Amino acid sequence: MRYFQLTPSHVLAVWRRNFLVWKQLAGASMLGNFGDPFLYLLGLGYGLGLYIGDMNGIPYMAYLASGILCSSAMNTATFESLYSAFTRMNQQGTWESMLATPVRIHEIIAGEQMWAATKSLISGTAIFMVAGLLGGIQQWETALLALPVIFLIGLAFAGPALAVCAISPSYDFFLYYFTLAVTPMFLFCGVFYPIDTLPTFVQLIAQILPLTHAVALIRPLLTEMPLTLPWLHLGVLAFYALAGFTLAAHLAARRLLR
Amino acid sequence: MSGSIVTAKNLRKTYSNHDVVCGIDFDIRPGICFGILGPNGAGKTTLMRMLLGLSPVSAGKYTLFGRPVSDASIHSRVGVVPQQDNLDPDFSVRLNLKVYAGYFGISSKDAEPRIEELLEFAALSSRGDEQVSNLSGGMRRRLMIARALINDPDLIVLDEPSTGLDPQARHLIWQRLRSLKESGKTLILTTHYMEEAAELCDELMVLDRGTIVTRGDPRTLISEHVEPEVVAIRGLSNELDAIELCEGLDIRREHIGDTWFCYGIDARPLVARCSERSELTFIHRPASLEDVFLKLTGRDMRDEA
Repeated sequence: MRYFQLTPSHVLAVWRRNFLVWKQLAGASMLGNFGDPFLYLLGLGYGLGLYIGDMNGIPYMAYLASGILCSSAMNTATFESLYSAFTRMNQQGTWESMLATPVRIHEIIAGEQMWAATKSLISGTAIFMVAGLLGGIQQWETALLALPVIFLIGLAFAGPALAVCAISPSYDFFLYYFTLAVTPMFLFCGVFYPIDTLPTFVQLIAQILPLTHAVALIRPLLTEMPLTLPWLHLGVLAFYALAGFTLAAHLAARRLLR
Repeated sequence: MSGSIVTAKNLRKTYSNHDVVCGIDFDIRPGICFGILGPNGAGKTTLMRMLLGLSPVSAGKYTLFGRPVSDASIHSRVGVVPQQDNLDPDFSVRLNLKVYAGYFGISSKDAEPRIEELLEFAALSSRGDEQVSNLSGGMRRRLMIARALINDPDLIVLDEPSTGLDPQARHLIWQRLRSLKESGKTLILTTHYMEEAAELCDELMVLDRGTIVTRGDPRTLISEHVEPEVVAIRGLSNELDAIELCEGLDIRREHIGDTWFCYGIDARPLVARCSERSELTFIHRPASLEDVFLKLTGRDMRDEA
């Protein structure tokens, strides 16, 4: 595949550009990274946890923390790859300015995807620390392995979101993606409760969605739950990352190189 | 390779069965400033995008530095100044240049002396740490030119480099572009301003409806296509009035809006007649590229295509 002929320095230059912009406003951005999940964990973990007690044999706070870690990795990568990337592609002409250099369109997509995953990792690390403080992490020996997995989760969600970005006529279009893909995953992929409580056909659908596999990896790493089929989960996430990248590169080329 | 920087043979661009560029041939020699002129919708922008590899060629043959434009490495020899401002609004002037250098694989350390040189060239030395959003239109355009030079390109492509700028800013930009040409760079520019084309270009190509209408150096184009003198007259009541005024003189007339343009080898007799009629306002001037342009591409208004 020609999309996989990437010059690392080009991809890195795209990533670095976004990093430098982020660095200028890192304070405000970090506040958002800490704030939202902190409220979720506090509100639901303590509030609901009091009534629920244990779920699948572990305290609800720990159960929820691993779920929120995954859903926020999804949200962060998705937001970055939709709204921020769209601004760079459509409003600011940033991608076009890059295309006037040796950087090619698929390298821009790769750089954007890496950057979105980096942001997932940044916000994931923030939640990781909050969860640790609130007692959401039971297994510190394996918990640190969650961080590279969060980067992979970021890649898996950034790829499809960049593909949506590449065909989007305006910011309003993203609402469809949130309503049809992101919100259902947030609610039905095991963030708040085990998916085996769902009707069978919903479970089947949930099994092909990336967030289910993200949760299935992260939760056992942070808690005492056993880890099953890790390669399957890693494989599904890698598939979404690569398929999303290929599709996004193709669609972006179609949009910009007409 | 035949020494040309750009070679296009039967170059064509088709969008949904409609030819925007209709099979044109041209080549651009190194070291010159080559101007592409044409009314809106003539195919200039599409042609420029094809030249830069931003738009796939539908048919024909096109090479840049003797290589196909799909070869990503040629981009390191080209600098691009787009019409649309796409500077990074989040960065300072200096950081804009530094980040852009990164796309060419130039490290920050190597870029630094080059950036200071370019800031001086663009008369922006005192503005290096300023946010881009605080710059005037002229400064931003100069910064875009500086940015296009970061990789020390052999070819610089400029899309309407002085559109929307005040005369002072335009003259500064022209002076900089001339100095680039003197230093041996090849320039390709599109423009709507005939004055700009006459000031800068060694060779011109007038496009209309996707075909080349004419090509040559500015002075030859003027002498080939229009008479040397023009009298532009306003205040004539109608065509009959204009015919009467020019009666017995060897004058070719064009009517655009409320003005009659009268072309001739010697316009003095016509000027004398105009002077006798106090209701007329008129200007007597040598023919310019604008007259060539209007003659060749017609006088009708063009919609943006």
